[in-house]
Amino acid sequence: MSYQIPKFRHPELPVNELGYTRAAYEGAISTLCAGCGHDSISGAIVRACHELSIEPHKIAKLSGIGCSSKTPTYFLGNSHGFNSVHGRMPSVVTGAAMANRELLYLGVSGDGDTASIGMGQFAHVIRRNLNMVYIVMNNGCYGLTKGQDSATADEGSASKKGDANPFSAIDLCGAALQLGATFVARSFSGDKEQLIPLIKAAMSHRGFALIDVISPCVTFNNTPASTKSYEFVREHAEATGTVDFVPMRKEITTRYTAGAAHEVTMHDGSVLHLYKDADKLDPFDRRSAMLALMDHQNDGTVLTGLIYLDKDSRDLHEVLETTQRPLNQLDETDLCPGNRMLMNINASLR
Amino acid sequence: MKPTDTSNPEYFHKVVDCQYACPAHTPVPEYIRLIAAQRYSDAYMINWYSNVFPGVLGRTCDRPCEPACRRVRVESEPVAICRLKRVAADNKDDIRSRLPEIPQKKNGKRIALIGAGPASLTVARDLAPLGYSIDIYDNQFAGGGMMRSQIPSFRLPIGVLDEEVNYILDMGVNATFDVQVDSLRDILAKDYDAVFIGTGAPRGKGLNLPGLEDARDHVHLGIDWLASVAFEHTNRIGKRVLVLGGGNTAMDCCRTSKRLGGDDVRVVVRSPFEDMKASPWEKEDAMHEGIPIYNNHVPREIVVEGGALKGMLFEKVEAHYDEDGKRSLVPTGEDLVFMEADDVLMAIGQENAFPWIERDLGIEFDQWDMPVVDRVTFQSGNPRVFFGGDAAFGPENIITAVAHGHQAAISIDLLCRGESVAQRPAPRTNLASQKMGVHEWTYDNAVAPDPRYLVPLAPLDKTLADRKMEVELGFDQDTGYKEAERCLNCDVQTVFEELRCIECDACVDICPTDCITFAANGEEDELRTRLSAPAGNLAQDLYVSDSLPTQRVMVKDENVCLHCGLCAERCPTGAWDMQKFLYNVNGTLA
Ligand SMILES: Cc1cc2nc3c(=O)[nH]c(=O)nc-3n(C[C@H](O)[C@H](O)[C@H](O)COP(=O)(O)OP(=O)(O)OC[C@H]3O[C@@H](n4cnc5c(N)ncnc54)[C@H](O)[C@@H]3O)c2cc1C
Ligand SMILES: Cc1ncc(C[n+]2csc(CCOP(=O)(O)OP(=O)(O)O)c2C)c(N)n1
Ligand code: SF4
Ligand code: SF4
Ligand code: SF4
Ligand SMILES: [Mg+2]
Repeated sequence: MSYQIPKFRHPELPVNELGYTRAAYEGAISTLCAGCGHDSISGAIVRACHELSIEPHKIAKLSGIGCSSKTPTYFLGNSHGFNSVHGRMPSVVTGAAMANRELLYLGVSGDGDTASIGMGQFAHVIRRNLNMVYIVMNNGCYGLTKGQDSATADEGSASKKGDANPFSAIDLCGAALQLGATFVARSFSGDKEQLIPLIKAAMSHRGFALIDVISPCVTFNNTPASTKSYEFVREHAEATGTVDFVPMRKEITTRYTAGAAHEVTMHDGSVLHLYKDADKLDPFDRRSAMLALMDHQNDGTVLTGLIYLDKDSRDLHEVLETTQRPLNQLDETDLCPGNRMLMNINASLR
Repeated sequence: MKPTDTSNPEYFHKVVDCQYACPAHTPVPEYIRLIAAQRYSDAYMINWYSNVFPGVLGRTCDRPCEPACRRVRVESEPVAICRLKRVAADNKDDIRSRLPEIPQKKNGKRIALIGAGPASLTVARDLAPLGYSIDIYDNQFAGGGMMRSQIPSFRLPIGVLDEEVNYILDMGVNATFDVQVDSLRDILAKDYDAVFIGTGAPRGKGLNLPGLEDARDHVHLGIDWLASVAFEHTNRIGKRVLVLGGGNTAMDCCRTSKRLGGDDVRVVVRSPFEDMKASPWEKEDAMHEGIPIYNNHVPREIVVEGGALKGMLFEKVEAHYDEDGKRSLVPTGEDLVFMEADDVLMAIGQENAFPWIERDLGIEFDQWDMPVVDRVTFQSGNPRVFFGGDAAFGPENIITAVAHGHQAAISIDLLCRGESVAQRPAPRTNLASQKMGVHEWTYDNAVAPDPRYLVPLAPLDKTLADRKMEVELGFDQDTGYKEAERCLNCDVQTVFEELRCIECDACVDICPTDCITFAANGEEDELRTRLSAPAGNLAQDLYVSDSLPTQRVMVKDENVCLHCGLCAERCPTGAWDMQKFLYNVNGTLA
């Protein structure tokens, strides 16, 4: 058993604008089961952050409890991190994000951590449109506690234990849309080509960005009767279209066929190119997005890709009109404007 | 691309960069692991079967394996393969009981070997255990060829050479020393079943410079001079010595001079420093001993005054390279440079000479008067006559001579058994999983980040005072272990079985050096542009699987794989496995 990743990397690894190779964004060697989908998502996060040239110390990764919530140890080893209690990651992110708006907040959670014990926190962080990326590594089970069905397990789906799940499933994307989420996407751990640009787009979005990533649990829920297995998802995934993400600072080198792509300029100036397939979905219309989700659910297929994007999203800081300076940088003189000011205020209220 | 045919032994063989580059294809990583396990005798025997002279080569090999070592590509410095070989030789037990048995009853076939250098000795080593009667003829007083006459004792102690030469001579080989063979016809007349010519490239080249005639006594040919030092005919040289030439012979000449009374010893070479033929380490060793190297100096004249050698004149040049990289040395126009000298050693090359081979024996000679020899069988135009070592295609090195010897022995054995020499035996290979537990391997798969360890040297003042004192001390066991751990175990192959793969990407994600990609298939050139990491090293193969359920293929660029086994550890289905590939070249004994 290897406890360390060898130090050597490919000698010609590309460097990003900061001069870092991908190695600067890696973490410790994973202790998850071999073949766990979560590891692929970790890999996609590493690539996305490297390609976006984000300074590692400008990222905070937070999680709850579960195999999925363990993954922050396995990526972004040079970033801030907080492993909170089960289902409570959103409140810790909220606190952190309010205190320091200058970091990029990456929340990592599982379907158990989100859709069971953390459902309440999930709902409210969406309502508040906190500026964060929220990745659910969704395997339809509680992996860490040996594979019990979770609330996202589809009705009729059976894990290694063999009993079909009798309950209806929570569709996290559907719930998020309903709760007012401003960025909703779904992807598959085994499809980095789609997942990486989605993570990048989510990181450039101002407001709450959910990516529900189906991520097979090879140990407990990769059975032929499971709808969260590698094979099932590969066979039943239908992409909304292709996503291409062009970071703000990068010149667009690829030529796009006019008309085929939809260009969205994100808050930080980056450009998102959406290549829509002949699908009814309009990703800028919440109703259309909800309808498309339900249609696919009825067909027994899994809709992946960018499902909904609110181009005019206003995040919590904007809504609350907080100061541009991070709260944790305000000192006593900023926070306590003095006796004269207090007298003025008091006077104005008399 | 077509799926890689890993049943072709050459595919995995090529992945073992060092073994592939070794002319004798020594299973390097196998013996390095044995050294790490302190099984020195076992490590020695693996070497002995492949390269016959582990103790000698562990000190003197030209080590073509080292520039090929994978470590050069992932780090910078190769594993000290050569010096690890010496660790095995220095620390082994008495291995004589492990040498092959020599049959009392001979097979009735008689073979003559002309010259007792490494090439001939290898032929003897391979054929004696098969029952052949072997006669060796050599004009020196003992066996070893240039290993004895040329390689100075401060690089190769006589005891080490004697031991390994004697392992062979003690196989009941009938050696006649101090005899000059001056007619191949006479040898053939003795009705040998086969004759092997391993007489080397014994003639030193000289420069015919103005002044040479008058300075004859103090101008020597490098290899003749080294031989006369080795045979103790010469034991001193003048205080000021000029060594002409930039190859390894020049390096041995200057370092020997330094030990025989030379005080101001200089190497003077025509070419730029970087273009010198000597191995980088030989140049370093010379400079370490306080010998300056004057490059870009072309010898023009030997200056004699009053019948005595005064020195030499050199013309300064500059190297110019044309578009094709062809070099010309262009005079700078400066005044000639004069250097004083009491002795001059010319070490500018050696050549073959076969005055003793009659030209009507069926052996063809080419325009350079070299025998025409088959590169695979080493047979000449006369089916009974074989060539090998420096005698076959010009001066090379010991390990090449050994490799030739093995192949010639195979040919001779085939000939004597009445079979076609063209039918080469296939290499013996074995591929075995190294899995011991879920994530447990038989080999130490952790990759040591240590930079290459340096071999300690004896104090300079001591070694310069004694020409027989070995300069290098060799690694001690601890350092040997640490250096051995640097080896990446390139023979433990990553073997992929597509039917088991569920395309979960675990191997792609874990691979520290981004070797693995799952992608749509394509032509090699184009496929190489779509891999996880740059794949521009065309000398290294792509390992391509058959089509997977998603219609993609697995492509692994062998270039910088660390053989760390993480892909196999992370694979949930065992589609990847680490399997040790043993490759024994078609040697008669291996
Ligand atoms: C100065 C110097 C240093 C070297 N250092 C190294 C080194 O560090 N590492 C390395 O790998 N290689 C080195 N080499 C090269 C290496 O020594 C040779 O490549 C190698 O010995 C060739 O082996 P061989 O068996 O072909 O012939 P040789 O070793 O040349 O042996 C041929 C033998 O045949 C004898 N012989 C020749 N003609 C006749 C005849 N007509 N009758 C009877 N006997 C005859 C010769 O005297 C000699 O004993 C060095 C060479 C020189 C000159
Ligand atoms: C408060 C609390 N309740 C229950 C648990 C037990 N527990 C640990 S992980 C887990 C479920 C994790 O499921 P999920 O979030 O889907 O993660 P996965 O392991 O599947 O990635 C549970 C119930 C706990 N650690 N803390
Ligand atoms: S139990 Fe399942 S989710 Fe947890 S590490 Fe193993 S495969 Fe991944
Ligand atoms: S790392 Fe070891 S096995 Fe690989 S080429 Fe170098 S010495 Fe040979
Ligand atoms: S052994 Fe496997 S994981 Fe390790 S470097 Fe080679 S391909 Fe990559
Ligand atoms: Mg789960």
